[in-house]
Parts: sequence; C-alpha cells; structure tokens
Amino acid sequence: MAGITNEFLLERLQQQFGEKIKAAEETFGIVSVVIEPDSILDIVKWLNTDNILKFKFLTDICGSHYPDLTGQELCAVYHVQSMENNVRLRLKAFMPVSKPEIPSLTSLYSSANWMERETYDFYGINFIGHPNLKRILNVEEMDYFPLRKEFPLEDATRTDKEDQYFGR
Amino acid sequence: MDQTTLKENKIKNTASGEERESDLHIEYTTLNLGPTHPATHGIFQNILTMDGEIVIDSEQTCGYIHRAFEKIAERRPYYQITTLTDRLNYCSSPINNIGWHMTVEKLIGVDIPKRAQYMRVIIMEFARISDHLVCNAVIGVDTGALTGFTYLFQWREKIYDIFEHICGARLTTNIGRIGGLERDFSPEVYKKINEFLADFPKIFKEFSTLLERNRIFFDRTNKTGPITAERALNYGFTGPNLRAAGVDYDVRVANPYSSYEDFDFQIPIGVNGDTYDRFMVRQEEIWQSLKIIRQALDNMPAGKYFADVPEFYLPPKEDVYNNMEALIWHFKIVMGESDVPKGEVYHAVEGGNGELGFYLVSDGGRTPYKLHFRRPCFIFYQAYPEMIRGGMLSDAIVTLSSLNVIAGELDA
Repeated sequence: MAGITNEFLLERLQQQFGEKIKAAEETFGIVSVVIEPDSILDIVKWLNTDNILKFKFLTDICGSHYPDLTGQELCAVYHVQSMENNVRLRLKAFMPVSKPEIPSLTSLYSSANWMERETYDFYGINFIGHPNLKRILNVEEMDYFPLRKEFPLEDATRTDKEDQYFGR
Repeated sequence: MDQTTLKENKIKNTASGEERESDLHIEYTTLNLGPTHPATHGIFQNILTMDGEIVIDSEQTCGYIHRAFEKIAERRPYYQITTLTDRLNYCSSPINNIGWHMTVEKLIGVDIPKRAQYMRVIIMEFARISDHLVCNAVIGVDTGALTGFTYLFQWREKIYDIFEHICGARLTTNIGRIGGLERDFSPEVYKKINEFLADFPKIFKEFSTLLERNRIFFDRTNKTGPITAERALNYGFTGPNLRAAGVDYDVRVANPYSSYEDFDFQIPIGVNGDTYDRFMVRQEEIWQSLKIIRQALDNMPAGKYFADVPEFYLPPKEDVYNNMEALIWHFKIVMGESDVPKGEVYHAVEGGNGELGFYLVSDGGRTPYKLHFRRPCFIFYQAYPEMIRGGMLSDAIVTLSSLNVIAGELDA
C-alpha cells in the first residue's frame, strides 16, 4: 500500500491553506491541526477532492470541552482518513461556548449526520446546515449538554460522600 | 407518516431496479418495528412507512440502552475503563478490551513482549469467530433455518469456555491488563484450543453446506439490502460490511497492531454489498481467523506475557503480601495514582463489525480528560433506511441481522 508521510501531508496542507492552519503538531503518529470553525467545510472538501491526498473517508467526529480556555471552550474534533495513502489526520476547531457554531459536513458525508447529532447532543455544538439537528442518544426533553465539564457525574447534592482525596 | 407529507411519488424497488408510480390514493401504513421486537435481536426502533408489504421509508430512533460510558470514563482510572469497553460490542468483548489496553499502552509508551502480542492475537481472533458465528447463525434464523443456529451456538459456548480458562469470565471478559495479560495460558487452555481447532472446521463446513448454496437461503439473501462501495464509504462503513461492498480495507492490514504483520491471511471481499455477500465475507473471515490462530500457536515465542510497567501492571499476589515495593505499586494501581503523560491518542482496532477507535485525551490526571469511542455500529446503522427502501419487510429484518448492529455498541 502506497503511503505518504505525515510531513508531506502537513506541508501540502499548509501550502494550500497557509494562515488558516493555526497550529500543527504530530501526536502518536497522527498529524493534528487546529483550524478556524468557518474553514472546516473548505478544508475537508479540498482534502476529499485533492488528487494526491485523497482523504475520502470521515472516520469520526466528536466534541471536547475545555472550560479554562476563555473564548475557545468548545472543540469539535474531526478524524479523516485516506485509505488509499494509509494516513490519518485530526482537525480541531475551537469555538466559544457562547456561540458554538460550525458548518455541517452532511453535504459531503452521509456519515456526518449522526456523528454531528451525537456531538450536538453531548456538547451543544450547533452544526449549521445540518438537516435534522436534534438529540440522538439522550431524551429529547433534556435541557442541558451532559458531557460539558460543569456537570459532575454524581449527584452534586449528595453530602454523605467525601471526594476530596480521590477523584476529580 | 401522513400521506400528504410524502414528497416523491415514485417507488423504486432496489432489488429489481424498476421504478413505478405509486397511486396517490394509496394510504400508507405506519408500522412500529421495535424497540423490543424478537426479530430485531436488540433494542432498535424503526418507524416504518409501509405500502402493503413494501418499505417506503424508515425513521430510526436510538439511545434506549445509552449508559453514558464516555461520561463515566471521565471519572475512572484507566484500568477500570476496561469493564466499560466490555459492554460496547458484547459479542466480541475481548477485542474491545485489548483495543483499550493498546490505546493506553500507546499513550504511556510500552513495548509489549512478542509472546503477549501473539496471545492477544489468539484471543482476538477467537472473539472475531464468536462474533461472526452469532451474526451468520442469526441470518439463518431470520431466513427460517434454525438448525444452524442451535448447532453453532454450542461452538460459541466452547469459545467462551476457552475465555473462561484464560481470564475467568465468559461474556463480559475484562480480559488482559494494561501491559500484557493477567496470566499465562494454562495447559488446559492449550488443550481446549487444540480441541476446538481439531473439531470446529468439520462442524463449520457442515454449517456452510447447509446455507451457502441453499436455494431458499440464496433467494432470500441475494440482492437484499444492497449498498454500493461508494455509498458505503460515504456512510462510514468499516469491517465486514464495507468489505462485502468490495473495499479491501482492514485495520489489521492497513495499520497492523499487536504483530498482525507476522501472519499470513487473506481479506475476503464481496461484490454487491448485499446480505449474501455480507454473510459470505463473514464465513470466509472465520476460516481466515482459524488460520491466524494456528499460525500464532505454531510460532508462539517464548518469553514473558507482560511488559515491565510496574506503574500499571499489578504485581503478583504473593509479592504484594511479602514485599513492600509490590504492596506500594499494588495500592497505587488500585487507587489509580499512577502518572500518565499528557497527550492525545487515536488508536483503532479491527473489531467484529469494523474499525473500533479510541480517541483519548489525557491531561496527566488519574482519569482520561476525554474519551470517545468510535463505534462502527453507530456510524453504519444510519444507512439502514437507504438499504431497505423499496424492499419487503421480511428483507428488512434479514438486512438488519446481516449488518450485525449490536445495541450496546450503537448506544454506548
């Protein structure tokens, strides 16, 4: 299987998008780049149609919450993959919790539909352009986003359990 | 669904490819398939719009057994998360367990001894066989052939016996540890494996002859629930379902882990991506798994079955009682006080149904900062309405079992 190296991938990506790639690192064999939320659709579309890279497969979308990063609390994490070149890429887009909006990838990938619904369900990230953005795993009446860090796993009103020694 | 809300008036039969105008005055029936229906083998709800016996559209709901594993994982030390992974795809828990161990090992940077890697390969391939056995036997049940199911389930039991001798558990195995396996294979394990390898091929051959060229089975499964390679990739298919559509992607070959590169095996692929192809791909994968297990047994390297990571690998019990150092490590591991480096890891293994990925973000704390499971079932199940549209209801049932959607993995 012909493969391309991570260095080549990053170089080509930076050549094409320049300023839009805000940060890049390689962690455990996967190139991880930070991008603006607005540019996600352009970048993924280019990766898909590029004749050399051929990132035709959307592996996964998930969210993440960093309450300490003011102005970029929420993060949408995309994993894309080029089966032909046997290389993966991680794209991260940070956005403020007050305006968590990012374009939807459903026009490119049918698989993005449920992945984005799941991310919306747990983190409240609004995917603009999604045809049916509603909760998927939780009950529809739920009025909060449970995987955000402000929600403790256990009932916060419990007083019978001392948790200061072990546990977050 | 109200008939006025239907936008398209054309019904396309995906099996024959012919299109016909639907009569405007037809009243469509809404049929609730599930959430608990004996034919769906799990908690799946499909609200079907039916024209007689033909499926016009389907609306899926899921989340009936959602257990919030990703949230729970944010409070658990790394080794306690293994039990959560058991309950994702519970037909092949060992693959999930070992996939999780390998993710953590990647993060903390451990080299696993060859022997442990080969032992893991044997365990994972047995898990794959048991997963595929369930799926293929159940396709038989849904087409009216109960014999194969009752016959093969005895052999799934024998695989579970092997797991029981390796780790003490059968279904939700919690097999292995971060850093290796909890104990070496006992002589009893080798005996059971050898018995299985000697007897199973004959039995499985019988099962194959029962169904593979059976006229009734072939007519029921051929061209039902088809999907093209292009659509399958667009829908994020992986594993046997993708390979049935004709794409030769297998994580074991593309990104070999746990010494898979040492073994000689083939990736079977289908052509049409229909139920029959999915069945046949799984059949062939069982033969390939047996081949891998034989190679691993023949070439089993000598050496240790665990790596030298005292921060994560529990010391032997007799040392814990007699040795201060071992007692301290034991305490630290059990209380989850071992240091973990910061970092982001994505690790994928070839699960029973496709690429099972773990996206782990560590901030150096005792628990993951963020853990996300890429669950193959969750991603490809959304293609189900497209695959059954225009077909018969009974074909929809067979298509669902041939996709092998596992409720635990769907809902996490």
